[in-house]
Amino acid sequence: MTARAEHHSLYGGGPLSWLTTVDHKRIGVLYGVTALLYFVVGGFEAILIRLQLASPESTVLGAESFNQMFTMHGTTMVFLVLMPLAAALFNFMVPLMIGARDVAFPRLNAFSYWTFLFGSILLNLSLFIGQAPDAGWFGYANLTSKQFSPGMGIDFWVLSLLVMGVASLAAGVNFVVTILNMRAPGMSLMRMPLFVWMALIVQILILLAFPAITVGLVFLLFDRFFGTHFYIPAAGATPLLWQHLFWIFGHPEVYILILPSFGIVSEVLPSFARKPLFGAPFVIFSGILIAFLGFGVWSHHMFASGLGPVPDTAFSLATMLIAIPTGVKIFNWIATLWNGHIVYRTPLYFAVGMVALFIIGGLSGIMHSSPPIDLQQTDTYFVVAHLHYVFFGGTVFGLFAGIYYWWPKITGRLLGERLGTLHFWLMMVGMNLTFFPMHFLGMDGMPRRIYTYAPDMGWDDWNLAATVGAFVIALSVLVFYVNAVKSARSGAPAGPDPWDAATLEWTTSSPPPEYNFAITPVVNSARPFWLHKYGPTRAISTRTREEGTPPQPDAPVETIDLPSPSWWPLVASAGLGILMGGALVGLGVVLLGAAILVVGVFAWALQPLERPGHPAFGPGAPA
Amino acid sequence: MLLDVYQDVIWWSVGIFVVVEALLLFAVLRFRRRPDDTGMPDQVHGHTALEVGWTLIPAAILFFIAIPTVRTIFLTQRDPPPQADALQVSVVGHQWWWEFQLPELGVVTANELHLPRGRTVLFTLTSADVIHSFWIPRLGGKRDLNPGEENRIWFTPDSIGVYEGQCAEFCGASHANMRMRIFVDEPDAFERWVETLKGPAPIDTTGFTTFLASGCAACHAIAGTPAQGKIGPTLTGVGRRTTIAAGILPNTPEHLANWLRSPDSVKPGALMPDLNMSETRIDTLVTFLYGLQ
Amino acid sequence: MTAHATTYGIPHRKMAMWVFIGSECMFFGSLIATYLAYEGRSLTGPYPSEILNIPVTSVSTFVLLMSSLAMVLALDAVQRADRRQSALWLLGVMLLGATFLGFQVFEFTHFYGEGLSLEQNLFGATFFVLTGFHGAHVTVGVIWMTTLLVLLLLGKLPPERSLDVEVAGLYWHFVDVVWIVIFTVVYLIQ
Repeated sequence: MTARAEHHSLYGGGPLSWLTTVDHKRIGVLYGVTALLYFVVGGFEAILIRLQLASPESTVLGAESFNQMFTMHGTTMVFLVLMPLAAALFNFMVPLMIGARDVAFPRLNAFSYWTFLFGSILLNLSLFIGQAPDAGWFGYANLTSKQFSPGMGIDFWVLSLLVMGVASLAAGVNFVVTILNMRAPGMSLMRMPLFVWMALIVQILILLAFPAITVGLVFLLFDRFFGTHFYIPAAGATPLLWQHLFWIFGHPEVYILILPSFGIVSEVLPSFARKPLFGAPFVIFSGILIAFLGFGVWSHHMFASGLGPVPDTAFSLATMLIAIPTGVKIFNWIATLWNGHIVYRTPLYFAVGMVALFIIGGLSGIMHSSPPIDLQQTDTYFVVAHLHYVFFGGTVFGLFAGIYYWWPKITGRLLGERLGTLHFWLMMVGMNLTFFPMHFLGMDGMPRRIYTYAPDMGWDDWNLAATVGAFVIALSVLVFYVNAVKSARSGAPAGPDPWDAATLEWTTSSPPPEYNFAITPVVNSARPFWLHKYGPTRAISTRTREEGTPPQPDAPVETIDLPSPSWWPLVASAGLGILMGGALVGLGVVLLGAAILVVGVFAWALQPLERPGHPAFGPGAPA
Repeated sequence: MLLDVYQDVIWWSVGIFVVVEALLLFAVLRFRRRPDDTGMPDQVHGHTALEVGWTLIPAAILFFIAIPTVRTIFLTQRDPPPQADALQVSVVGHQWWWEFQLPELGVVTANELHLPRGRTVLFTLTSADVIHSFWIPRLGGKRDLNPGEENRIWFTPDSIGVYEGQCAEFCGASHANMRMRIFVDEPDAFERWVETLKGPAPIDTTGFTTFLASGCAACHAIAGTPAQGKIGPTLTGVGRRTTIAAGILPNTPEHLANWLRSPDSVKPGALMPDLNMSETRIDTLVTFLYGLQ
Repeated sequence: MTAHATTYGIPHRKMAMWVFIGSECMFFGSLIATYLAYEGRSLTGPYPSEILNIPVTSVSTFVLLMSSLAMVLALDAVQRADRRQSALWLLGVMLLGATFLGFQVFEFTHFYGEGLSLEQNLFGATFFVLTGFHGAHVTVGVIWMTTLLVLLLLGKLPPERSLDVEVAGLYWHFVDVVWIVIFTVVYLIQ
């Protein structure tokens, strides 16, 4: 097939085909584009926050608007940017990296995307009517009760999070089954790429952690809509129930946010150092341990709640324990670079940047793990510094490493190196200028979530510096978008393997054909493509040829039937969105949404997955 | 004691930061591919002894952080506090002001509190509405005020001075405007302050009539008078306070007048209604309030 | 190589149902934990001891357990291509499940008449939300069984499609096990 035909077969088909696609690659692109748009929205919210805080007693934003801004900024970045960007890369890359043709449940995959999209629209609708949620991204009870938050903001927040939770849970089931059950022959768990390992762990975390926040949100929903008293002290309840449920979700959530970036770095560093990941089994087991221990530390977010010395001690020690596997990963990454032949390219910069910045975030985290220290730091700008070093320095830098690394595979073109380098340095400088001073602000007593501060506190200069830094970050993001547009229009063609890498996704064309692999590979190593290129024997074989002979492009192949596109996931998602959004309008809309959901689900269940006789490859496939 | 743990951890953190970042930076710079680097670097897969080493060494460092941490937790949270006969202060958080009660001394005040030097203070913390957090950075760590529950913390202020504090748990529109001031005095100065909070207050009767006629007593109390409202901060001794509106404005006639004119513009969301008072009435009230010493 | 070979030899949908069940354990676990955390904290009645009827609920529990038995027999019949028995036992699951739901409706109505509502006290809130979500899961199960029965009667459920019944069975048994835990925690251990 010519390159043009391959382009056509993946991204062709017209705009409507994007609504019915069940192809994991296109769904990945949908997630990525949506998340990158929300990145601008969340970033704009951050700029407004920083403009207001640049000087004391400023009047850029009033109290109510400011409180909505920091709530929307946090909620948007966590749920509408970081998670979907990881989902974009999981979607596109995981099936390719395990030698599969798609995920286990392609229509469920589409459903996850559309549900996420409708949930995100529901959340942002609140901004349009001037009633965005305003109780923080973590919405503590009982501030969120009807009594103290009488408007609709919290309702939007609860409903949209519930909708997006469904999307994440569906994806969790889908990817766990895909990763466990669809690997190429010979790819044992220990031969699986690190990115896929981290994806597996993240999905398991989602499946076990999201139910806790679902229950917490359901209780809040019932309190606000049906008059229950789950979080009402006057009825004998405790608002701390919300904190426990939220953080039982919330702490694993931060690992959900960082592990994908850990996985990306574990792919990028070996590729650019041109040697294997050092201690791969240890890096894998560290990931598993971090996830497991991550369920036992949630009350380190509650050291100021007054739990008592014994729980404080238990959670403090458990938190310190997590530092050990985290450190193991960092040392293994450094050892991967050690004695390598490091090729300097943008993905490498972001990967190294991620490690460097995460070290800082991790160290401030260790400080937080000690309650005597944390009781000064919690709820101050010190925590804001910590969380941005790990979420921005860690997650965002890692995601950009992944974006620059896999962009050629996804689009068939390279991103520009010079703009990429500029993006990296601007973002590095901006990020540190914005967030490092916040350590000092916290130590100087500046609490978080305040819309203004007094001029005699001595907080002016660092706040101004942070605001300048925020604009530098904004500039760096603009550079990225310019790079992206230039690449899409006129970027250099990438070819299948621009980085001379080791894993299966680089054996396909860029972008891959709709069916990924003409012949399912059989692997016998963790670095199958590397050994295939440089090993003494061929490390990737197929059933139709003997080991040791080069691949025969015109060997007889089986017919490949692919899942056919379907409207029903979109319909079902729309039904769910209307059902939940309808709670703000009236019972009629709720019932309408339910009806659409039921119709969508039944039609979907009764529609066969594949249309036999319309193969994507082999005899009878379109040319 | 707190300072010891803090310094302990800071130095470890700085040390680890320097060493690890240096290794990373060195690796990235030193092992850049050179033109004469043909072929492949050694395809090393790992080294078990190193793995054991860099697992055990961080564990050991954490051990040195954990021990003083746990010791400090138990020492600082001992209940009752080690010093006998601690001064009891009951703190009730409100949106957006602080209520301080000294039950043994029979006095109540708001937003500004005096404490005697050298005596342990035991704070019992609760909230009348949502979760707040009590924090005076230069005196100690913070503790939340949970509605329907009671938290207890204590510390022993040992230096004369003025200490700023602020609510440290997001509690709604004017969370940023919920501040307080703690004055640590010599014991006899403290006693004198307590006396000023007991009734009966010397009051200007005209002003007090206007006060009552304006409906202020529905929410505010003045010790030793018929005004016993519990919804807003007590105004006993308000003329002596250095700040008003929970620490956000210096206590001057101009600021007080602004507050009375429109509480919501000073403090967004303030529960004190805009009473649409005439300038004359405001002047009378300002004079009256300043007289409450 | 067929398109549907799997790494562990387990069909995708069966693995998916197990994974989903794992997640649902955390969901019901959170609801049950909240019930336990708030036990004894209601400031006003009605209280559990005044209102829970163990004999009656034991009957409905038995009914639900029997529905699981019917489910096992239904799966076996489908795998043996015994259409008559398949229909019989699937109908049995449906009817027994619906009977359980009937008991729930009766119980909820009775409690409401005695003054226990969602808003009344913490017992009302935690009890109704916990058992209500369980009941919603049973309802979904009953609808699922009805669909399978219709497919069977239309001749679209041959032994080759017995996986559909097996997966539905896993779901059904899980919902049954959750009820056992709820019955024990809420009714038996007061």
